[in-house]
Amino acid sequence: MQTFNYVKPASIDKALAAANGGKFIAGGTTLVDLMKLSVEQPTGLVDINLLPLDKIETLPTGGLRIGAMVRNSDLAWHPEVQKSYAVLSQALLSGASPQLRNMATTGGNLLQRTRCAYFREPNAGTPGGYGCDKRTPGTGCAALEGYNRTHAVLGTSEHCIATHPSDMCVAMAALEAVIHAEGPKGKRTIAFADFHKLPGNTPHIENALEPGELVTYVDLPKPIEGSRSVYLKLRDRASYEFALASAAVLAKVEGGHIRYVRVAMGGVGTKPWRSHEAEAALMGKTADAAQFRKAAEAALAGAKPHNDNAFKVELAKRCVVRALKMATS
Amino acid sequence: MATATTPQAAGIIGAAVPRIDGPVKTTGTALYAVDHDFPGLAHAVAVQSTVGSGRIRKLDASAAEQMPGVLLIFHHGNMEKVYRLFPHQDDATTSEARPPFEDDKIYYWGQYVALVVAETLEQATAAAEAVRAEYDAETPNVSADLETGFTGQRHSSWKRGDPDKALAEAPVVIDETYITPVETHNPMEMHGTVAVWDGDNVTLYESSQGVVNHRIVMAEVLGVPRENVRVISRFIGSGFGGKLFPWPQSTMAAVAARKLNRPVKLSLDRRMMFSNVGHRPLTEQRIRLGATADGRLTAVRHDFLNHTSMLDDIVERCGEQTPFIYSCPNLEVSSGLARRNVGTPTPMRGPGAVPGLFALESAMDELAVKLKMDPLELRIKNDAERDEGTNLPFSSRHLKECFTTGAEKIGWKQRTPEPGSMRRNGKVIGWGLAGASWGAARIPCTATVELCPNGRICVRCATQDIGTGTYTVFAQVMHAKTGVPMDRIDVLLGDSSLPDGPTSGGSMATSAVLPAATNAVNSAITRLMNIATLTQNSPFYGAKPETLTLIDGRIHMKEPEQAGVRRMALTSDDAPAVRPPAGGIPFEELISLARLSGITATGRTFPSFEDPKAKAYSLHSFGAHIAEVEWEPDIARLRVSRIFSIFDCGRIINLKAGANQILGAAVMGVGMTLLEETRYEKRTGQPINGSFADYLVATCADLPELDVTFLDYPDLIVNEYGARGVGEIGMAGVAPAITAAVYHATGIRVRELPVRIEDLLQSKIVEV
Repeated sequence: MQTFNYVKPASIDKALAAANGGKFIAGGTTLVDLMKLSVEQPTGLVDINLLPLDKIETLPTGGLRIGAMVRNSDLAWHPEVQKSYAVLSQALLSGASPQLRNMATTGGNLLQRTRCAYFREPNAGTPGGYGCDKRTPGTGCAALEGYNRTHAVLGTSEHCIATHPSDMCVAMAALEAVIHAEGPKGKRTIAFADFHKLPGNTPHIENALEPGELVTYVDLPKPIEGSRSVYLKLRDRASYEFALASAAVLAKVEGGHIRYVRVAMGGVGTKPWRSHEAEAALMGKTADAAQFRKAAEAALAGAKPHNDNAFKVELAKRCVVRALKMATS
Repeated sequence: MATATTPQAAGIIGAAVPRIDGPVKTTGTALYAVDHDFPGLAHAVAVQSTVGSGRIRKLDASAAEQMPGVLLIFHHGNMEKVYRLFPHQDDATTSEARPPFEDDKIYYWGQYVALVVAETLEQATAAAEAVRAEYDAETPNVSADLETGFTGQRHSSWKRGDPDKALAEAPVVIDETYITPVETHNPMEMHGTVAVWDGDNVTLYESSQGVVNHRIVMAEVLGVPRENVRVISRFIGSGFGGKLFPWPQSTMAAVAARKLNRPVKLSLDRRMMFSNVGHRPLTEQRIRLGATADGRLTAVRHDFLNHTSMLDDIVERCGEQTPFIYSCPNLEVSSGLARRNVGTPTPMRGPGAVPGLFALESAMDELAVKLKMDPLELRIKNDAERDEGTNLPFSSRHLKECFTTGAEKIGWKQRTPEPGSMRRNGKVIGWGLAGASWGAARIPCTATVELCPNGRICVRCATQDIGTGTYTVFAQVMHAKTGVPMDRIDVLLGDSSLPDGPTSGGSMATSAVLPAATNAVNSAITRLMNIATLTQNSPFYGAKPETLTLIDGRIHMKEPEQAGVRRMALTSDDAPAVRPPAGGIPFEELISLARLSGITATGRTFPSFEDPKAKAYSLHSFGAHIAEVEWEPDIARLRVSRIFSIFDCGRIINLKAGANQILGAAVMGVGMTLLEETRYEKRTGQPINGSFADYLVATCADLPELDVTFLDYPDLIVNEYGARGVGEIGMAGVAPAITAAVYHATGIRVRELPVRIEDLLQSKIVEV
């Protein structure tokens, strides 16, 4: 771990002014972990725990505004989230452990970094270490020929196959959340689908935030009337494990036909994976197992497995099918 | 502390007794190894190799040496002289024979290449990161395929009859290979050492399963007399075999402390647990069974390989139970070692038996399927009445009853054999069973018991309590024999300066300490009674010692009328007789009357291997697990829902601690079967999943309903209490019971652990 400066400003303006090439720290559940591994080596930390961003408010539009500092536990157990955004509550509670959820924040979870073992190795991207284009562009990707059971099958490139680990983000992708950010150039909003970046040739660029920009809120749109939502997570053990495959589904069925549907997947993509293909395959169709399977096939049609993770393709399909059943039954 | 419901006096043996060390552990006041702190203590951090094979070309510590607080950096270029132990030619056992930093060679990823000592842990950590090592690296051999290209020696053992001929002639044959992966010990407390020198004497605060063995090893490694070394492990955050023998960090801390003439603390981190302090080695086991059409075994061949390190020859004795668990006229076991660039393996809970019985019992289940025979019936049909390996009678064997009791509990008669044929609550369920066995012995032990003038009893022994309840066993014996309340009994363990006690391993601690503790307390009571009758101002003066008894810690006459007899025996010179009070007198009052500092006696355990009576028997515990799994085919989700564990471990001394051992072992078995596997990176040899997020062990959410039954038949050949041991055996048989249940639910036979979603996705059992 490197020596770093530490400040704890009480206002957003002061936090932005203090950023200056450093990192914002909220719950610290990813950042401190990675600092101990020398993966993150910030010169300064701006602690944002005093910022007034810890509220959950109903918007005039009927949606929900979630402060970036709202803890995962508080968000998961919020009555309105449990009632109208069940998929989000379920996703949050399927992740990590109670202790971690008590610390982790909404804004921080958007920026959660991959669990790729090669990326997390202290010497990755350095001479003599594992190649990692996410750590040091140009050093390659050790996971391609390494042990890649937990790696992504969607959205990969020859530079990176690291899985995006968040459960919360999968639910937010399906919910079409909107991210508010504030930075040196002012305030702006970013559509959820535009927030996380595919690795392509630049796996070190993971999201749309500009240097010094701070996530302030996440807005959820007004719930779709008559819809149901569900998050299903499949993994080796029953708790405290990242998804091997997960699915967030919002669906509205009328007269046996699907009138509204959103499908997103976790554990399989290099970013929270919204599947427009699955949605297109389902819209207007009957809510039955055959249609669900077709949609799942469509969702995984572009999958590109590696040595150890071919099973994820079939597992993700089954996950989508079951989640669709649960959301429409 | 005993609760109100805990039976008193002799009834406490076999009762469910809460641990006497529970309160200090649950309140955080128990001091574990690296909790110890001393004035001037310096902190050490080890630097690990980042290659899995090769040679250190250059090690540059110059930048690190200049960093704040750095006191010392050891590496192969400047390490102080330390010594080796010659394997199997010594009084003690070590783990990795090569002393740390002996040369510039790298044998496995993570091998220590330097040690940085600094004023603070943070300074040492920062400087350790600044040590630069360059390597001439070679590709390590960490291949998980042991059989292909195997050129080592195979050692045959236990051969009887002609197994190959019998196999060739057998109407039904099973010939399958089973693989168990590398599993890593992950006790909550990691290995660590605090070394404190005082002149030529060193005290080592350790997390050790054997303080006596540790002392001998360290005396020899450091080149000092044994009496100069003291090893203290009062509390241990569990070991599971990984802490049986010293690892290099103990040497590193001791040498650094000697060099600096300051106390030094060195703790491993969780990553190092996966590379530097042992593991259960990879095993590849070919099992061949021959049987008659009606299910009688005619041949067994168990040929296995396990990997070992480049440095040490560690055999995982997978065939240990094979010669005697079932009856079979023709049998052979063979073993071989395949060298890999991995750290040295070490025993892990149920070593040999756990992987070995996974293979053998899985093959038995496959044989039952092939015979279209109930797997329970196959076991009963082939039950052995004597140990056919050693040709000795069993001291006490009730394996058949373990199976039938378990079958009764789960309702085995309702089982339909077809895979996927049983359903409950929208899920497919599967049932499987397997047997278990583990050896018993009575190993040497010495204990002293002191009756103290303050009314307390103090018992001392250089064994240790690794979390299994050894403290409480001693207290139970003291209470049973004296009636002194549990909260007035002090048990001192975990210190090599106490009378020599056994290593806590092989499930032999309880059976070793019981006779020593009992002999010691009995001797102390005899001395107490003698003194009571020989002390002039004692109310029992002149009585015969055998007329006295100790009840609730008070000395009484056995029969009230005998008091009169006593007076008649007095001579005229004696002081006027003092009539003994009706309620007797507390033992401490007598100690005070006799003006003694206390009454102390020593007890020893006479080992079973020197006892002609014990040597005439095969001493083993037995057990059976019956597992139930729930299977949701459409999402490939498998969970273990119930395990019934029925065990024949002799008499259980503490029902609570004993059941706790079986429960914990069953949970560990669930992890072994479904989750655990240390994966080595093929290019570097690194255990690539070396963290608690990536190396999966069972969580509370994974726990099935667990139901433990002890048959509780005393085995009086082993000791007067009839106790054998219970720590290791509980894990044996869990994996084959679960994989048999997996087959029953899914139709998928998993022969390579762990059972993965990848395997289960192949199931043809359709949606419920």
